[in-house]
Amino acid sequence: MSVSPPRNARSTAGPAPPAASSTSTDVPERRPLDPIVLATLDLSVSYGSALALKEITFDIPRHKITALIGPSGCGKSTLLRCFNRMNDLILGASMKGTITFDGELISGPDIDAVALRRRIGMVFQKPNPFPKSVYNNVAWGARINGYRGDMDELVERSLRRAALWDEVKNKLNRSGLDLSGGQQQRLCIARTLAVEPEVILMDEPCSALDPISTARVEDLMDDLKKDYTIVIVTHNMQQARRTSDMTACLMLDEGSSDGHRTGILAEFSPTADLFTNPKDKRTEAYITGRIG
Amino acid sequence: MIRSVDSRFYPNHWLRQVLGPIFGAACLMATCTGVVVLALLLGSILAAALKGPPDNPFYAIGPNVVELVTLVRNLATQSQGTDPLEAGYRVGIVGSLWLLGLVALIGIPVGIGAGVYLEEYAPPGKLRRIVQTNIANLAGVPSIVYGILGLAVFVRAFGFQAIALGPKLLAGVLTLSLLILPIIVITTQEALRAVPQSLRQAALALGATRWQMVRDHVLPSALPGILTGTILGLSRAIGETAPLLMVGAAGSILKLPRGPLDRYSALPVEIYNFAKEPDPRFQTVVAGGILILVALLLTMNATAIVIRNRFRRYH
Repeated sequence: MSVSPPRNARSTAGPAPPAASSTSTDVPERRPLDPIVLATLDLSVSYGSALALKEITFDIPRHKITALIGPSGCGKSTLLRCFNRMNDLILGASMKGTITFDGELISGPDIDAVALRRRIGMVFQKPNPFPKSVYNNVAWGARINGYRGDMDELVERSLRRAALWDEVKNKLNRSGLDLSGGQQQRLCIARTLAVEPEVILMDEPCSALDPISTARVEDLMDDLKKDYTIVIVTHNMQQARRTSDMTACLMLDEGSSDGHRTGILAEFSPTADLFTNPKDKRTEAYITGRIG
Repeated sequence: MIRSVDSRFYPNHWLRQVLGPIFGAACLMATCTGVVVLALLLGSILAAALKGPPDNPFYAIGPNVVELVTLVRNLATQSQGTDPLEAGYRVGIVGSLWLLGLVALIGIPVGIGAGVYLEEYAPPGKLRRIVQTNIANLAGVPSIVYGILGLAVFVRAFGFQAIALGPKLLAGVLTLSLLILPIIVITTQEALRAVPQSLRQAALALGATRWQMVRDHVLPSALPGILTGTILGLSRAIGETAPLLMVGAAGSILKLPRGPLDRYSALPVEIYNFAKEPDPRFQTVVAGGILILVALLLTMNATAIVIRNRFRRYH
């Protein structure tokens, strides 16, 4: 599996050239990047017999920030985890329907999840840096994926991209756990960037951070979307409004009869439209604070 | 007034304040019992060790220490003999060290590997539960049963003389490895279970295979616990007498073992052998042997604690 060329080398003005990497040998040479990067079709997820998500269908556009909002328990994190197949790690989880990534099917049993997870990275809610040095935190992912270039340069580039370089450049050998919460989360973003993903999934990345760190991460997201696609789950509606281009609002399905909480997609529109002119009644009730 | 009168509650302040310290005192007595018994044990062994000439009074610490050191040095350097003043544990100590080394080389990796497989790779389900239950049961099997097993499988090979090992060092090593295997597997699993799930998820989300995640993150995190379990298992193996007697460790042997296929002895076996002697002067020798064994065990346990603390600091 070859490594795609560094993102910084590409110009951000015109349409990006086709990348050189591919995850399997039978995929033909890549066509010009189409505007949809991830698409789901009737995606349903169950944990054992309990249906968690019901027939979700929407498309995530490239180089934009898509926010998933909704009340607790409606399956936002579940949906996020489906995109990089982290849901497979949960006992009893099963998936129906399809997800495609750049047109290739990534749902179903015969998918190389290891290769997929390099291209779709994830940042978790609670910062979880490795108990290693800052340098090794960033370098480990690249190392195990067989990165053959200059590691020092990759580490510096990733830390700069995550707006953390100036704060840690003299402390690269200190443990990642010695950093503050906001710095740890940016370190987690840096290590995700080091493996050169195409999509970054963020599961409530700022919920454990103070407002200043939150603002820093949001500025970072705005900078990153030039080269990556970002999907963010958030409880904070102001954050969704500030940062995202598209918003998907998930709601609990009132029709479910057996008492389990099942999530459905109530609305998916550009953020400005969803917040000023919501088409669905439940969306309106949620964003105005009447429910949720 | 702090104590209000509210007819809905019957707080019974006096009884609660008295029962608390009573429970604390009972726990303290239980602790003291353990300490007192240990002190009595050590004291009686020391007294037995110092019983021979010269007969120093017990409060003469200096001469007693000198006598003790001379005794231990003699016992560690002399081999078996009929005269208690010429007897020693040299062959037994060397044999025990051989056993220790080979069990660490053969038994520990198998135990850790089994623990890693059961915790990280085996799909959770009925099969895994059955295996885990059986291993937990094996931890409680009396050690002499392992001795009989070793006799039948390793020493006699069910009658196939061609592959039977006979009463050789390797048979003892394999028997002891089986004996401590359940302990190693269980402590390894416990250590792996203590590693937080968030660490595994972070590693997998970067596109790592399961082995890369285990090798680079889970095992280093679990290492203090695994090491502690290893050393505790080994210190159990060092002290076991019954299985070694069954697989043919010599009670009385004069030559040091030169390889895994030599005849051998072990420290606890030699202690047992001397204890059977009718000559009362051998009691000193027995007590000295026990002191050496206890010192060895304490050193191993102290090493386990030091290693565990040193690793904890770097996390």
